[in-house]
Amino acid sequence: MGAIKILYFARLRDQLECAEETYELPSERCTVDELKQQLSQRGDAWQQAFADNQLLVAVNQTMAHGETVISADDEVGFFPPVTGG
Amino acid sequence: MSVEVQTEDFDVPALYQSLVADAPKVGAIVTFTGLVREFNENSSVEGLFLEHYPGMTEKVLAGLIEEAAERWPIISAKIVHRVGALKPGDQIVFVGVNSAHRDAAFAAAEYLMDILKTKAPFWKREQRSDGDRWLDARTSDEKRAAKWH
Repeated sequence: MGAIKILYFARLRDQLECAEETYELPSERCTVDELKQQLSQRGDAWQQAFADNQLLVAVNQTMAHGETVISADDEVGFFPPVTGG
Repeated sequence: MSVEVQTEDFDVPALYQSLVADAPKVGAIVTFTGLVREFNENSSVEGLFLEHYPGMTEKVLAGLIEEAAERWPIISAKIVHRVGALKPGDQIVFVGVNSAHRDAAFAAAEYLMDILKTKAPFWKREQRSDGDRWLDARTSDEKRAAKWH
């Protein structure tokens, strides 16, 4: 159905012990919320990480939200609130 | 307009000079330099490590400069942000803006820093003798950024 790239940053990457993966979408397109739902089923660490409503998401390096639609070849980044500057 | 994300230190006088270079249109230059503060109250902190989202960071910072240029009549703006290992006293971020009059340069520089703090994908990790710890976002930064909406 098409693969996407998923990146995890900072504390989230440590929690999930995963920095980057290629993920096969189960359907042609899905929303960010649907993707989070699928990833949450991987176990306790994943469920806990994606239950955090502070978690931020970017699709193709632009800030996105739960309803943002994802399709093949997209890059999705998940990360905690930012602390630069 | 320029954005740099780098591990190396940056040269504030050189950055300032590049903002002077737009003269004689320039009537005002405002620069801000952020430093790594002393690690207060916890002596087990040995350093700071800055991680970012390569690609997205540069895009977000360039977008912030564009937004600032739409809001205020600035001539140009520069942002330099360091990543990697840093120690107390190190320079971490530079924001410089020039304009014909001071109002625009002051406002745009403050705007760029406030929004950078809450929107640019950087994360700070404290390196401690007893293990590393990610820093939490501050609500005071959110409040400062909210005033520009």
